[in-house]
Amino acid sequence: MRKSRIVGHIAAVFYPFCLVFGLYVVLHGHLTPGGGFQGGAVMATGAALMMVAGMFDEGEREIKYHHYKAIEAFGLLLFIGLAFAGILSGHGAFFRNIWANAGGWFGAPGESGSFNSGGLLPLMNLAVGVEVFGGISVILVTMIRAMKAAERGEDREDGDDEAEGAE
Amino acid sequence: MNLSCCCSTHSPALAVALPLLGAMLVMLIPAERRPQLRGIVFFLAAALGAFAAISAAGWALALGSCDYVFGAGPAFGLPEGALGRGAAGAVPIRIVFHIDAAGALMLLIAAVTSTAAALYALRSEEGTTALPAFQPLYLLLVAGVYGMVATGDAFNFFVFLEITSLAGAALAACRIDRGLAAEAGLKYAAISSLGGLSYLAGVGLLLARHDLLNIAALSQAIQGGGPSATDYAALGLMALPLAMKAGTVPMHQWTPDTYSRAPHPVSAFLLISSQASLFGLFRVAFTLFGAPVVSTTSLGAFLAVLAALSMFVGVTMAIPQHDVKRLISHHAVSQTGYMLLGASVALAVLGDAEKTAAFGRDALAGSLFHMMNYAIYNGLLFLAAGAVVWRTGKRNLDDMGGLGRAMPVTMLCFGIGALAIAGIPPMSGFASKWVLYESVFRYSPLLAIVAMVVSLLTLASFVKVFQAMFLGPARKHLAEVKEVPLAMAFPMLLLALATIAIGLFPDVVMQRLLLPAADALLK
Amino acid sequence: MNAILTHLPFVIAVTVAIAGLAVVLWRRNLIHVLMGMSLVESAVNLFLVALGYRHDAVAPIYTGLRDGGEGVRMVLPTVQALTLTAIVIGLATTAMMLSLVIVIHRHYGTTDVRDVRRLRE
Repeated sequence: MRKSRIVGHIAAVFYPFCLVFGLYVVLHGHLTPGGGFQGGAVMATGAALMMVAGMFDEGEREIKYHHYKAIEAFGLLLFIGLAFAGILSGHGAFFRNIWANAGGWFGAPGESGSFNSGGLLPLMNLAVGVEVFGGISVILVTMIRAMKAAERGEDREDGDDEAEGAE
Repeated sequence: MNLSCCCSTHSPALAVALPLLGAMLVMLIPAERRPQLRGIVFFLAAALGAFAAISAAGWALALGSCDYVFGAGPAFGLPEGALGRGAAGAVPIRIVFHIDAAGALMLLIAAVTSTAAALYALRSEEGTTALPAFQPLYLLLVAGVYGMVATGDAFNFFVFLEITSLAGAALAACRIDRGLAAEAGLKYAAISSLGGLSYLAGVGLLLARHDLLNIAALSQAIQGGGPSATDYAALGLMALPLAMKAGTVPMHQWTPDTYSRAPHPVSAFLLISSQASLFGLFRVAFTLFGAPVVSTTSLGAFLAVLAALSMFVGVTMAIPQHDVKRLISHHAVSQTGYMLLGASVALAVLGDAEKTAAFGRDALAGSLFHMMNYAIYNGLLFLAAGAVVWRTGKRNLDDMGGLGRAMPVTMLCFGIGALAIAGIPPMSGFASKWVLYESVFRYSPLLAIVAMVVSLLTLASFVKVFQAMFLGPARKHLAEVKEVPLAMAFPMLLLALATIAIGLFPDVVMQRLLLPAADALLK
Repeated sequence: MNAILTHLPFVIAVTVAIAGLAVVLWRRNLIHVLMGMSLVESAVNLFLVALGYRHDAVAPIYTGLRDGGEGVRMVLPTVQALTLTAIVIGLATTAMMLSLVIVIHRHYGTTDVRDVRRLRE
């Protein structure tokens, strides 16, 4: 695959915009259509753009497989951790939104429609967004690697992992 | 809040949450640098999840049933409108776990087998290239199975079904095995994903008709109002893929491929995943639809024929096999037939209270009994055969022989499993098969005779396998073979002990576990 | 006319599902088979979303209703949540099956289902 410098640089310009827009979708997930998965997918589009534009080839410096893997695991861990909040606080069941209407930062009561009215939800959306961003990027990296390996004719294996993130 | 009370209250959720948490932690630990830590976290997550599952099951058995509402407030009761449209047209949106005696039985089975297989995996998968993917996926599979048997929500069941399918397919494929394992995994993934979509369409139909997703509320709505054509369509769309995923005959071809190519501990646990699908089928047929709906006996008779075919086809396919794991996998199809047989007899006479009391209830209990025994002894067979394959590197029976002297513990365990699957008296398989013969005979003598003949063929097949593997002169290329390490022998011995214990005290198990479970399904 | 419009999504869903199944059953290339499965999945998703649709109802966004939301009807949000979940799961399944096809192609050198049959001894 021959790569073009122009395409690469334009992709690099668009990459942060993709991330910011994705983050916007993620953070407003409890107010508007969208949410963790969709926003994460938008963010991963940015990563896909970089890979397609050939930046992936640059010695795998920018986009490293195990970084994405760690991002994904971190997102999942954050999500499960937030779900445990109800049990740990002793005030409810698994997945209890303990901050809803509790006052404070995210729990402004009665103000539906304002950004900080969601309790734990924005944080959970963020976790899912991070996880999906990492997960989809891992899939893309793995597939591109497999393609390259096929060109060289060598062997690499992967068991895929990706199942959570439904919200 | 004191910890013990907290654990028991939350145990249904923890059974799913702890393996999930463990899966994520394991992913964060680097596989090359910290293999021990990874192994410890992996096993702890499986064991703690099993502990939570057993505690939830115990709670459910003691109280009759137990509910857990996700996201509920400090009062753990069901919220208004959770089980039906509430007073002010409230939409039942909470996800509910509902564990009755039948679900408790399944949780127990899954807990025991998952822990044994996880312990076994610590050594058998050590140092393989598949290990980094294996551990989180296995925990994901365990969480999915717990969720499938515990959930009280039709859509949530679909989510867990897909989690088990994904994790199961990836696990089956995770040793690439010159592409063979990948082929098996792809087959499994394709079958289960099409099945899952069909199930989802069925759920959609029920939602459109009744505006409900909760299984208890749905069953009230379906059985109360009299079933409509939509309900029957949904029944077909939901029941058939579940029967397919359990590995019954018309779509059983994936079973030997997937089981035989998966890593050994995964083969043992994939059985439970298929059983969870079978249990889902029972849920749909008995709990969701139940007596007034399928009283026509046609569905039961249809499933009984499928069951007889599964038994027969499975065993006849197994006899000529040379690959030991493939052979056991074909027997798994045949054994699934036994489990389906009892349940379908119960289903066929469901509309007739007299016959149900006379033998339908026993048939269902026998079916559940066989599920429990099968999970243990077939898991044992996979683990023992896996131990032989692991030590010798050979899968073909023609390449083995005389291993009894080198691997006495494995031989003992395999022998116990083989006796149990063939239904020889002191073992658990005999007890459950006996209950099945007795009750099925009163429905249709022909089916009972088929079951007995299949049992004989099973015995013949396993005599051959046992002889080929362990007896006979020692082979030259197997001279270096040693017994498996303790970490692999211990789970096998545990399962072997359970097989004998259940076989010796079937009445206790029957009264304490199985009849309540059958009643919970028939209610 | 109205009746046709009401039923159209369901007709399309069934058509797409049948087309997808036909592709799964009769196409020889594994990639095509996976595309067929994606078609079936889209059909089920379309079916679910169509179930919740109501004429003259608005999108189920609560904040959009703040002023003058009285009396406005929304389409059913439950099915949309189900669909989103199903899409996520479908993405994971498709990705996994595609990677398995890549692996198979590497080892067998083909994606033709007639040749990918080495398990059948």
